[in-house]
Amino acid sequence: MSTLSARDLAIGYGAPLARGIALDLTQGSVTCLLGPNGAGKTTLFRTLLGFIPALSGAIHVAGEDIATVPRARLARHLAYVPQAQPGGFAYTVLDLVVMGRTSHIGAFGTPARTDLDRAIVALETLGIADLATRDITRISGGQRQLALIARALAQEARIIVMDEPTASLDLGNRLLVLAQIRRLAAEGLAVLMSTHEPEQVFEVASQVATLDQNGHFETGTPGSLLTSARLSRLYGLALEVERTTSGRIVVSRGLAE
Amino acid sequence: MRAPVILVLLAALLLVVALLAAGIGPYPIPPHKVLTAMVDHLAGRPDGVVDTVLFQIRLPRVLAALLVGSALSAAGAAYQSLFRNPLVSPDILGVSTGAGLGAVLGILLGLPVWLIQFLGFGGGLATVVIVMALAHILKGGGDILILVLAGLVVGTLAGAAISLVKVLADPYNQLPAITFWLLGSLAGTKQQDVLAIMPVVLVGLAVLLLARWRIGVLSMGDDDARALGVEVTRLRLIVILAATLVTASVVAISGVIGWVGLMVPHMARLLVGARFDRMLPASILAGGAFMVAVDTVARAATRTEIPLGVLTAMIGGPIFVWLLARRRRVLS
Repeated sequence: MSTLSARDLAIGYGAPLARGIALDLTQGSVTCLLGPNGAGKTTLFRTLLGFIPALSGAIHVAGEDIATVPRARLARHLAYVPQAQPGGFAYTVLDLVVMGRTSHIGAFGTPARTDLDRAIVALETLGIADLATRDITRISGGQRQLALIARALAQEARIIVMDEPTASLDLGNRLLVLAQIRRLAAEGLAVLMSTHEPEQVFEVASQVATLDQNGHFETGTPGSLLTSARLSRLYGLALEVERTTSGRIVVSRGLAE
Repeated sequence: MRAPVILVLLAALLLVVALLAAGIGPYPIPPHKVLTAMVDHLAGRPDGVVDTVLFQIRLPRVLAALLVGSALSAAGAAYQSLFRNPLVSPDILGVSTGAGLGAVLGILLGLPVWLIQFLGFGGGLATVVIVMALAHILKGGGDILILVLAGLVVGTLAGAAISLVKVLADPYNQLPAITFWLLGSLAGTKQQDVLAIMPVVLVGLAVLLLARWRIGVLSMGDDDARALGVEVTRLRLIVILAATLVTASVVAISGVIGWVGLMVPHMARLLVGARFDRMLPASILAGGAFMVAVDTVARAATRTEIPLGVLTAMIGGPIFVWLLARRRRVLS
């Protein structure tokens, strides 16, 4: 069943960056969005999340048009994990994660005991419960990224949109986050994430979406979309997709023809 | 220590400071007598001189200082969260400067005190409305940076207009009055002044307190706050409206008092942590206590009144340096 569906979408600020976008996120699936810098991946995310209006077309989340649904209700279905930014106020990690509960808290309310409990469960799930009382301005970028993912888990939404969730992570945390993403999908959530690493796609994704410089948007399975020819066209340089003897996928700079 | 305990202690501190302040002055009243006089007053058997001093002179002024400190601190705290910057003060959208312009115009025109206060209030509101309108014209009002720049421009214009009024003013009567007003003072505060602004201040504070959790979420940035379920544009408007109303109200009776709205939220954050829903009530209580104490020094330390703005700057400057030093340690 589709939990997010976009139909005939045009995105951009004024002038369209891409049009005719059709995207379905189904429960229990991981969708990876690939594309070169500047193609409009962030603009697409911002449109899907309702931060900016679509130039045309419609986006439905859990059957409701996001252009008209109130924020708090949308937030109970759709969570967002931004890229970790440095600075800001000296909240504790727990303070940050509890903010994920906002859509469950009344307009004039503050977090209740159950909200704190949910936040702690989210921290435990990601294995960072020991960071709960640490100052978010004094932990590493990777730890902050994990805290932001925990915040989205505490939100208890069925769809999570992640903007390059592994970009600032070291190898260990990268594997941890990818494993968590697979686990979330196994539990029935729909995950949409952008990435700059095609290899990652084969590890987690059931669906791939690509957006190229000319605003051309495509979806498909990793095997069908991430061929040497298609990837080369997407990034504008010769790339080779190879399967190693152990079954891993490696993308490398192809030989000039 | 846990935040709720600290809030109770701050409330107790505020009461003690207010009680002591009510007793301090040319006619000293010991704290226990202040309490019995209050009980007597409420029971309808006022006690002569003590009652007159307390209820005609001291308590209105203590209450005024409390309102001024609480309002400026709450507005500062709300703006720091809204603008995602701990170095923002309530005047970022020009409310105090606009109020200053309204009031000095009133002084220049030789208007009665109540009208000067009204012009101060109106000037503060009008300035923020102009800033919001300008930001809206420039970029849909949705961009924080445009809002800050619009505030800077309009504030600078209002500041220039104040300077012009100073040049035009009669240097023997009006100029000292203008200068004194711009430095802030509660010297002439009467009971009816306090009663006039109290409803607006209380309503504004109540709005900020009610929305305190979501105002804290705003500090995550517009996109994050939206994704977390906050109607950002609407809430921002409500916060600016409430902060402007409380600031313009208190500035109308006290004149311009700097530093409080910048400094007190920092102190509150040190005491109860960064969570806005705890930091706001802490700011309101600590700001009230701080201002009552400062105003007591201003009226009782020397034979002539010291302008409040002078005292808050003298205290605020060094504390700010200390905060910056602390911040540097955090960054390095």
